[in-house]
Amino acid sequence: MSTLVLVLITGAGLGALYFLVASGLSLIYGLMHVLNFAHGAFLTLGAFIGWEVARRLDTATWSTFFVSILVGGAVGAAFAALTELALIRPLYERHIEQVLVTVGLAFAAVALYQGIWGSDPIYIDSPPWMLQTTDVLGALVPNTYWVLMLAATALLASLVIFLRFTRYGTIIRAGVENRWMVTALGIDVRRAFTVVFAIGGSAAGVGGVLAGHYTGYVSAYLGSSLLIFAFIITVIGGLGSLTGAAIASVLVAVLQQFANYYLGGTGDIIVVVLLAVVLLARPAGLLGRAS
Amino acid sequence: MTDTASTPRRGYGPLILGVVLITLMAVLPLLNVSIPGILPSATYEPGALALLSLAMVFAALALSYNMLLGTSGMLSFGHALYFGAGAYGLGIALKYFGVPLWPGVVIALVGGLVIALITGAVSMRVGGIPFAMVTLAFAEAGSVLVRRNSAVTGGEEGLSLNSAGVPDFLVGVVNSKNLYWFTLAIFVVIYLMSLWVDTSRLGRLARAVSENELRVRVLGLEPARAKLVVFVIAAGCAGLAGVAYMLLQSGAVPRAVSADLTITVLVMVVLGGVGYRWGAIVGGVVYTVLDQRLTVLAGSDAIASLPSLVRVPLSEPLFLLGSLFIVVVIFVPGGIAGTVDGWWARRRRQRRRDAIATLERAEGASESKEVGP
Amino acid sequence: MSNEPVLTVEALHASIAGQQVVEDVSFSVPPTGITALLGRNGVGKTSTLRAILGLISRTGAITLAGERIDGMRTHRIVQRGLGYVPEDREVFSKLTVAENLTLAVRQKSPRYELVDSLFPDLVARRSQAAGTLSGGQQQMVSLARALLNDNTILLVDEPTKGLAPKLVADVTVALEEASHLVPILLVEQNLEVVKKLAGGAIVLSGGRVVHTGVATEILADEALTHRLLGVGSATGGAAI
Ligand SMILES: Nc1ncnc2c1ncn2[C@@H]1O[C@H](COP(=O)(O)OP(=O)(O)O)[C@@H](O)[C@H]1O
Ligand SMILES: [Mg+2]
Repeated sequence: MSTLVLVLITGAGLGALYFLVASGLSLIYGLMHVLNFAHGAFLTLGAFIGWEVARRLDTATWSTFFVSILVGGAVGAAFAALTELALIRPLYERHIEQVLVTVGLAFAAVALYQGIWGSDPIYIDSPPWMLQTTDVLGALVPNTYWVLMLAATALLASLVIFLRFTRYGTIIRAGVENRWMVTALGIDVRRAFTVVFAIGGSAAGVGGVLAGHYTGYVSAYLGSSLLIFAFIITVIGGLGSLTGAAIASVLVAVLQQFANYYLGGTGDIIVVVLLAVVLLARPAGLLGRAS
Repeated sequence: MTDTASTPRRGYGPLILGVVLITLMAVLPLLNVSIPGILPSATYEPGALALLSLAMVFAALALSYNMLLGTSGMLSFGHALYFGAGAYGLGIALKYFGVPLWPGVVIALVGGLVIALITGAVSMRVGGIPFAMVTLAFAEAGSVLVRRNSAVTGGEEGLSLNSAGVPDFLVGVVNSKNLYWFTLAIFVVIYLMSLWVDTSRLGRLARAVSENELRVRVLGLEPARAKLVVFVIAAGCAGLAGVAYMLLQSGAVPRAVSADLTITVLVMVVLGGVGYRWGAIVGGVVYTVLDQRLTVLAGSDAIASLPSLVRVPLSEPLFLLGSLFIVVVIFVPGGIAGTVDGWWARRRRQRRRDAIATLERAEGASESKEVGP
Repeated sequence: MSNEPVLTVEALHASIAGQQVVEDVSFSVPPTGITALLGRNGVGKTSTLRAILGLISRTGAITLAGERIDGMRTHRIVQRGLGYVPEDREVFSKLTVAENLTLAVRQKSPRYELVDSLFPDLVARRSQAAGTLSGGQQQMVSLARALLNDNTILLVDEPTKGLAPKLVADVTVALEEASHLVPILLVEQNLEVVKKLAGGAIVLSGGRVVHTGVATEILADEALTHRLLGVGSATGGAAI
């Protein structure tokens, strides 16, 4: 029983981390039809810069933690917005080329991180509470998972509020449905592209800092491995659907933890099997519209 | 993307050129040619032969990838899976089944084809960008399987070649020349496959699919089938390249199955020019050589003495290659082959125009002479 | 007000996916009233409008109120005062009616009274998702989006397509009211509606302009109408 609880809660926590990455990917794809391979690079940069900040503040306190989260998010947003302006925009509507430049960027960025921070993992300090556990029905849940869940919930809530109640949010929702009609109302939809990239990048940057605390270290490859799961999640959830991404994040992560505990560490494979099953049954994903 | 695979017949010129080039490649190990800065040693020595062989493996892999992206417009991120299947398949067959080389090659290829058929059929439930994501996921699963099952695959350490079943003339550094010729033969086979796919009905069908799915449906053909067949053939060729890789390197590491490798091949094809067979070859060779040379450069004293702002980027070959790739995608859309081809076509058009103009002028001159008083 | 045309199109060519769909089209739209753009199905009327808006790649000279707009991007053209009501309404189905309308607003004081008086049906449905509206109501949302702003001209594409006779009449009234405020270039297959509304008419065939003149005169010439607009094109006309 306590193992099951542990699996479910850690699954939800891991799902929360996935959602921090997948939400941005899904928004970007939904609005712009761009598959962003550089998303992992945004995340990794957030993680490294977050660590640099924490290192300079010198203590593993909550305030240090929050500052590093803020800085990580800001850096992710800036990097993403720059990417959109400099690399994506010149290739407007050329989707394959857009994928290719993000691939090139991911390639170059990971190499550069390696050059700057080395290829060995850098172990990081967390506030002491995060390293402890909480007893839930007999299961000892590492506290990091609560932080992850809280962050993902906050992100989901603020994204929903942003999308529903701001003008840019309305433009983005309209653009996901029908982009040319947005321009035919006199709106420069490209500005919304930059906004979406910045939002996705900040979520990834925050995700990077949290992923560092989750794994206990930061490395140049942190983003790449998370990115693949985030891709799988966006396909399973339905490309462009934020709710779909949220549901699929939790579904995938819980299933993965479940298989890791009970089926001898086959979590990653099970996830790909789930992907195949979903594609065979519903090619558009759980909440995706058939194109 | 550029689409020029529908090149018209140009007589025997290309055939002769091909035979000459292959002959040249074949006699290279017998000559003493040095190209400082590009080859690490003279061409008869193992260093240069190993680099050239590796370049041919990647050129062949790039050719097989071009069948996907160039011929049928499929952006796959899982091509390394089939390359890895060839390499690991051969390694496993030799090590655990104890079979000789040739049956081992057959086992590796059949295994790779089966995997390609299954994963290809599922991936093609979606198209375009989602297809890219799904193929990536499958390749990742393959990579995870390889890393996790270290009892069979050697895990992160890699799988070394069991040379018991391999004929002696293909084992070890002393046989670099033989390995080189073996790789050359495989390269030629894959090139011929690629040529066949591009010029056959199947290739034309797959190309038509990538341009206009509806038109193909109207013709009463099953477009998905044509794409799947091309996908499986390309995977088979990748597997064959993997076999060559296994023999050359005397082993395989998980990177051979990774998304990283697929992306590397993608970079080669885009660099060379999507849709051009010779572009894929040039891309594969240029990339392999650049990668090796940049790695040497990165470790050199000249770089080490630079200030860190310049040194760090310059000492990361992948950073330079990634940046080069971005520049090519944005500023040189056709890659090397597309640019050369465009330049060539313009020149030919210009020549024809000049010729016509000359002709007209000549005619005009003769007419005016006749009409003149 | 001068009689200078509000919109002139000269030698317009446009293509979709490399296929030429508008060929050397030239015409002008007077600054008042409704001008009809007519032609059989598939002749290139929608494509002409989309080309004017820069939604498909085009060449040629397009002048809106004396200013060249053919080099501009779509949103700039619309900001210059060109309102567009597309074929098939194209409302954002997941957005509410209110959101559809606010998205379209480009000026400080949008004409909500006008829209509310023309389309009283929409007033009570502001918070309903546009996708759940009937076809006629969606058309009203689409028209309202264009009418909220003070435009120099409206391009309206088949506003009565697929509507019941009662709704066709409503839309006709709304267009007539609107035409007192802003000139309209109207693509319409329902010839009764055209007769009632249009002053001038431009007839396309095979991607080219083949006839221009007074709408009622063109429609009175049965042979011409039959040849250029086809028999099938007057569907729905009998209903009025
Ligand atoms: N998205 C598209 N792709 C390819 N061809 C199109 C597309 N849209 C329209 N066409 C073609 O362009 C031509 C003109 O279409 P359209 O402008 O919609 O005509 P109309 O509005 O007069 O009925 C038609 O032959 C149609 O087949
Ligand atoms: Mg139309």
